[in-house]
Parts: sequence; structure tokens; C-alpha cells
Amino acid sequence: MKTMTYGQAIKEGMSIRMRENPNVYLLGEDVGAFGGCFGVSAGMFKEFGGKRICDTPISEGAIIGTAIGSAATGLRPIAEIMMGDFVTVAMDQLVNQSAKMRYMFGGKISLPLVVRLPGGAGVSAAAQHSQSLEAWLVHVPGLKVIYPSTPQDALGLMLSAIDDDNPVIMIEHKALYSVKGNVYNLAPIPLGKGDIKRKGNDITIIATGKMVYEALTAAESLKTAGISAEVIDPRSLYPLDKNLIADSVSKTHRVIVTTEETKRGSYAGELSAYIHEELFDKLDSPVSRVCALNTPIPFAPNLEKAFLPNAADIFRAAKALF
Amino acid sequence: MNISKETMQHMYITMKRIREFELKTQELFAEGKVPGFVHLYLGEEAVSAGTCEYLNDNDYITSTHRGHGHIIAKGGDMKYMMAELFGKATGYCKGKGGSMHIADRDKGILGANGIVGAGQDIALGAGFSINYKGTKQVCICFFGDGSTNQGTFHESLNLASIWHLPIVYVCENNNYAISMSQSRHQHIQNISDRGTAYGIPSLHIDGNNVIAVYKTIAAAVDRARKGEGPTLIECKTYRWRGHFEGDPAIYKPQEEQEAWLKKDPLLQFKTYLESNHFFNEDQLHIWDTAVCQEIDEAVRFADESPLPDINTVVNDVYSDITEEVRVR
Repeated sequence: MKTMTYGQAIKEGMSIRMRENPNVYLLGEDVGAFGGCFGVSAGMFKEFGGKRICDTPISEGAIIGTAIGSAATGLRPIAEIMMGDFVTVAMDQLVNQSAKMRYMFGGKISLPLVVRLPGGAGVSAAAQHSQSLEAWLVHVPGLKVIYPSTPQDALGLMLSAIDDDNPVIMIEHKALYSVKGNVYNLAPIPLGKGDIKRKGNDITIIATGKMVYEALTAAESLKTAGISAEVIDPRSLYPLDKNLIADSVSKTHRVIVTTEETKRGSYAGELSAYIHEELFDKLDSPVSRVCALNTPIPFAPNLEKAFLPNAADIFRAAKALF
Repeated sequence: MNISKETMQHMYITMKRIREFELKTQELFAEGKVPGFVHLYLGEEAVSAGTCEYLNDNDYITSTHRGHGHIIAKGGDMKYMMAELFGKATGYCKGKGGSMHIADRDKGILGANGIVGAGQDIALGAGFSINYKGTKQVCICFFGDGSTNQGTFHESLNLASIWHLPIVYVCENNNYAISMSQSRHQHIQNISDRGTAYGIPSLHIDGNNVIAVYKTIAAAVDRARKGEGPTLIECKTYRWRGHFEGDPAIYKPQEEQEAWLKKDPLLQFKTYLESNHFFNEDQLHIWDTAVCQEIDEAVRFADESPLPDINTVVNDVYSDITEEVRVR
């Protein structure tokens, strides 16, 4: 067992595979000697050199394009997009190219590539450096999307993402990079396998990314109110561990879905729709979503706080279901 | 540089294949046999034939929405191409891609592409991979004049130049970005000027002269294989048809069209081969006939091939996940 930060765990996952497989490399803006905007790749340049820890110009489309072309020709790239928001600049390469090549080409081209997107708010980075755009990505057939909340999950999911023969988008919450946690093992965590972060019987709270921590705080408050909450982290948004959710909902009959996304058109909506469509007879009340406001993300700390969902919101929403 | 008779023969046959494939496709599209959008390469045959002639099977190309010529020249099989155009199970993409998305990994064809300029970024990855592994291959990046106004063009040239990637950028300047003539869509005459701005050796040539294309490409490919980095070659040519079949191209001046038809690249090469006594008319006629037979066979193959099984609609989205087919 080791204690490490979420950021260090991501680095460890990348480094493990890079040591084992010379075809794995990292590219992105300032990932080299600078160590990446959030310091995730700090030290990797020294260990692996500039050929494999590859600085790029500020050209997000070209970063994803390079990843695609090199994946199609035998390498296993990891592309870091400095801020998840900047993926919008590279959407053609990600959506029209990477997600569709295998299908369009009749299954004849494999694209083993990982795209790392630091997402999420809470650091006063305002509207263009804080978004949670997972719904955009999950929407696209051909992409897999993962979103770890703990160092252990970050490491295990990174290993699986690199091993996968499809484009895998890993959303990393930028406010979690410095969060420490125990890492018990260095085994890959299969994509599509969720995790119960807290066991409970009365209500299921499905949370992603940093909202897992808010959900755990809310669960603690709910306990004092006599409500036993189960907190589920899907970890993998697509493929989704439907069985884990179904088992929990069958037990609790009440569900809250909480994500940091703006509520309209969110992945939380997809989860809610899935539960209503497939688990309706298990429900004692409608699924409730606790998400961010439908606004751009504000800068001022008090405004940003008002924008974001938190444990108190989850608590209130949970109470309302009883 | 001397060009062998064998090379000239092969380039002639390639150009003839492209010409006949496209004429047949034009006819089949009009008959309703080819669904979707079709962008014909008629009039531009010398560019891909001259370029790909100097490549090896394991060299890469990225292509465009107007990609039939590139794929034939790189060694693509016209039977599987035609079957793909028909949307048949035996097509290159099992009927999932159509005209704009033909790819063949075994021949280094990293795909035609429906997004203008997208191949320029993908070529970077192929070039990166070659340098990373030290395999001395090259990647040819085909694109049109219209795509040089996309951000991808500039990103790609910049990155290829700083990384010394073994990419040869082959711009097919056919004078039209859909309906906009070059003089309307950019304020320069030579796209090669833009390559110079990125520190890339850049030149413009007569894209209807297959010998000129071959020689220029050969020098650029040699440079790339030696690790000397990318080259941009602007091939001036002309799109005989509209942007896609069904486009009446009313925006093209008639005199311009007629002038370019007189510069027919295939006819020019044929005249060159005959007048320099490389091959006589009888010999060329034998090859022409053989090509026409190949096209007929490709059409027959496509016609007789089965449609894709509807259950395959969910296949090949991922390597390891297959979603359920909707129950009707």
C-alpha cells in the first residue's frame, strides 16, 4: 500500500505502461520539462526523454490528430489536452475522426489512444477552464469515457485505458490532483466497472468526479437524519456498469444522480433516463438530479460556489424523496 | 532523373484506371446505383498517379473526400472500392463508409476523409510514428486548395516542420473550394507560398504533367526518407466536374473549363509516350482495353455482391463492445 495524490497516481499509471511498452508515449502542451500545466507528468521527461514525453505547440487539433495517426500506425499515444475545455478546439479530430475510424473503415483500423482532459470547476478558473463536458463525449459512439475520483481508481483506470484498443477519454478533475489517497494495488481496473464508495440501504447516490466527495459528505449528514445512503461512483461513464446501479436501486428504491455538469443535456440526464426506462418498477420516487446551474461558470469564488452543486444540495434533495 | 519504361507504363495504366473508374462512377451515380455523395477526381489523375508511383506499399497516404484517385494509385483494389460505393458487404468498409471513407491499412491508406483538412492532422501521427520507430517510410498528405484555409493546414505544417516529419504535402490545387474559385477564397496565387512561411521547402508545378509530378515527388520523398523533413508540393490542376455529382457547376466560366479540358493529363501523357516512341498506339490500346475490362469486372463484382446483413449495423464501433440491435 502506498499513499499518493490523484495526480501522482495518474503519472504512476502512465509510467508503469511506458516502462513496459516502448510504443506508449505522452504528448501535449508543456508536458515535457515543464511537467504539464498541473504537474501531472513532472519527472517523466527526465525518466523517458523528449522523444516519449513530447511537447507540442498550442494546436489541440494537431495533438489529437497526431495521436490518431500514430495509433493507426502502431503506437499507443496518451494525449494530454491542457484543459478539458480546449477539447472543443479538437472536436473534429476526436469526434469525426477517432470515434468513427474503426466503424467507417469496416473494423480494419484500431485506435489505441488515451486522451486526458482535466475538467471540473472550483478553482476560479471561470467559464473557459472549468467545464464538465462529459455528456458531449459519452454521446459519441466509438468513444469510451472514464472519470476517476480517487488515486486508486485513477491509477487502475489509466492502466486499462492504455491497454484498450479504442479511443478512451479520461476526465481528471483538476481540483482533485492534490487529493491524497491509499493505493492498494497496481492492477488495471476494468472499464465498465463501477464502485460502491459507501454502502447503504435507503437511497442510492450516483456521483462522478469530485461530486463523489460531496456525496460522501451528504451521506454522513443523512446518516444523522436516519437515512442510510449508498454512494456509487460509476468511474466509467461509457461503458456503464448498469448491473451495479440496478442492484443498488433494487435495494434502495430511491436515486439521486449528482454531477458537476450544467444540468441541461447532462450525462446525469442519461443516467436518470436509463434508471427510469429500465428500473422504473424498482423506484419509489422519481430520480432526482443534483447538478450545476445552467449558466457559464462564473469567476468570483462566491458566484462559482453558487453555481456548483454541493453536499447540502444533495442532502436536501435526498430528504425530499422520503 | 531517368524514368524507366516500366514506370511510365504503370503510371499510364494507373491514370487510365482512375479515368475509367470515375467515368463509370459518374454513369452509375446518374443511374442511381451509387447512393450518397460522390466527388469525382476527373482531370486530376496525374497528381495521384505520379505521386504514388514513387511510393512503397508500406508508405502511408492520407486522402480527402475526392479520394478515388489516391486509393487506386496507392494500389487499392477497384473491385472492393466499387463494392463500397454500392454499399455492399464486400466493400472495403463492409458498406459502412462509402465513397468518402475508403481505407486500406495493408496499402498504407489511412482513409479518405469527409472533413476538409482533417487528413493533415492525421498525417502528423503517421509521420510521428515513422520517426519514432525509425522505419524510413514516408507519409503523403493529399489535400485540395480549399483545405489550405482550414486551421489544420497551418497546424500541420508548423508541427511537421518543427519535428522534421517525413511528410510530403501534396496540394491538389484544382482551383475550386466547392463553388469558390481560388481567386475568391484566398488572396494568393501560389499555395506554396504558405509552406515557405513555415520553413518548409515548397514549390508549385504543373499538376497535369505526370512526369513533372513524379520527378518532384521523388526528390521530396528522398528528402523525407533521409530525415530532412517535410516538403510542400502544389500541383496546379483542375476539377473537371462540379464539387459533387449533381452540382451543375454554373459558377465555372465556360472558357476556363474548355481551356483546362484541352490540358487533359491523360491525353498529354499518351501523346508524350507516343511521340517519344516509348509505346505505340497499339500497345496503349491493349492496356486501355484491359483497364476497361477491370472496371467492368469491378462493377459486376459490386453488382453481384450481397448487401450487408442488417445485424452488422452494430459491429465494429469498438473492438470489444457490441451494442444490441433494436428489436422491431
